[in-house]
Amino acid sequence: MDMYRDIILDHYKHPRNFGTLSSADAKASEYNATCGDRISIEIQCQMINAKCQIKDIRFSGEGCAISVASASMLTEKVKGMKVENVLKLATEDILVMLGTELTPSRTKCAVLPLEVLQKAVVCLGL
Amino acid sequence: MMDTQKIRKDFPQLKRRINGKPITYLDSTATSLKPTQVLAKMNEYYTKYTANIFRGIYKTSEEATAEYEAARAKVAAFIGANKPEEIVFTRNTSESVNLVAYSWGKGNLRSGDQVAVTIMEHHSNFVPWQQLAGEKSLGFRVWGVDKDGTLNLKELDTLITRKTKLLAITAVSNVIGTINPIKEIVRRVKKLNPKCIVLVDGAQAVPHMRVDVAHWGADFVAFSSHKMLGPTGVGVLWGRMDLLEAMPPFIYGGDMIKEVHRDTTVYNSVPHKFEAGTPHIAGVIGLGAAVDYLSVFGMDNVRSHEKEITEYALEKLAGVSGLQIIGPNDPEVRGGVLAFVMKGIHPHDIAQILDEDNVCIRVGFHCAQPLHEYLAVGPTARASFYVYTTKEEIDALVAGLGKVKKMLG
Repeated sequence: MDMYRDIILDHYKHPRNFGTLSSADAKASEYNATCGDRISIEIQCQMINAKCQIKDIRFSGEGCAISVASASMLTEKVKGMKVENVLKLATEDILVMLGTELTPSRTKCAVLPLEVLQKAVVCLGL
Repeated sequence: MMDTQKIRKDFPQLKRRINGKPITYLDSTATSLKPTQVLAKMNEYYTKYTANIFRGIYKTSEEATAEYEAARAKVAAFIGANKPEEIVFTRNTSESVNLVAYSWGKGNLRSGDQVAVTIMEHHSNFVPWQQLAGEKSLGFRVWGVDKDGTLNLKELDTLITRKTKLLAITAVSNVIGTINPIKEIVRRVKKLNPKCIVLVDGAQAVPHMRVDVAHWGADFVAFSSHKMLGPTGVGVLWGRMDLLEAMPPFIYGGDMIKEVHRDTTVYNSVPHKFEAGTPHIAGVIGLGAAVDYLSVFGMDNVRSHEKEITEYALEKLAGVSGLQIIGPNDPEVRGGVLAFVMKGIHPHDIAQILDEDNVCIRVGFHCAQPLHEYLAVGPTARASFYVYTTKEEIDALVAGLGKVKKMLG
């Protein structure tokens, strides 16, 4: 099945950057009440050339294969990224990252981690 | 005995193929499929006697009015109501419950009174009472379930007090399938407090088993057309006539009036007082046809068929390792709805992989989040059955679950 291609199953079964940080600069979580997915993200930042960027990141929570794989892949994608660019990420970027066709209801699962991450970035209060 | 293969020929959607495969529809608790008899009857209204009801002094309008009122009489007879006027048509079960909450609640509930519900209520019979309790400073009591998913009737002794004005309770859980002993519950409630009104959510009972409102002894019963082979957009509220007569209208407008003057209005009689505006005429007529369709089998036979399927499904699903059924394991007290979880696999992924083979199940909280929180199970997967469900479809579900485990287990 296309939606569950190998890379998604791999990230679901072996999530990267799963857990918490010992010293986080910001954290956020979101709950999707229709399916019970709960994703939390913690970030640690550093200033490079007067620009704030993601130094380290962890996620935790529970969800379906799509939301967990999306969170796992997202943490890899944004490590080292400037937070201003993190805020520019959109649904389309997540779909490209996952490289799979999603139905409208599953798109919500895929985008949940990005919403959490952007909420955490906003919490930095830059 | 029901001839399922013959019945299935009446449902056009079961003939459909998606990606060359048939549809295994196991989500009748959410909404049922529709037989051609219902569709033809609605089409008859739209092609032969389209006209507004109660108003026209011409043949087609009179025909439409007669069909609309005939449907009311059919529904009344189907649930053992004393007379057709006790049947109020609404949009759905939620609206039927809201009608009682707003209209009956307006005149009968005061600060300090109590309303009670069960933890297994669908949001439609939970949220209206929770919110009304907040608005009017009422006590909001919730009756929990035992580990096996059934209600302990002894708890009524503490739940129902002199201050309890209403108990809102479902006849059958839309998640764990528990069939509640409504007659016995009403008897005990009335003994504890004769003034306590009992509203029964019949949305999962009326489509699936014989319901007799007089036998139950309840005061209000709410249910939906679309879960009993009828169209969406039509709900039913049955109420005791003396209660309905004393209640103010819920929605004001056309048809619900007898006379309107510059400063005053005289309301129409029950049930028209509660049916403001042009109703879903075709839908109500379609519901009448659905009642006719179910009546041919007899509701005891419908229940027997579903019990047989449920028994088969309970047995087959028990053989899937890592799968846990939520709710009663005894098909005697369980309607044709099975919620389950699989160890380490999110219900959304179960449903998504099953959908590859057009096996349709529902996942999530099934509009009963308080029950899921109470049972601490997280979201669940749910398969549900009806007159057209076959054992082969249960086999297709079990085969699909095998595929799920292979992929994600």
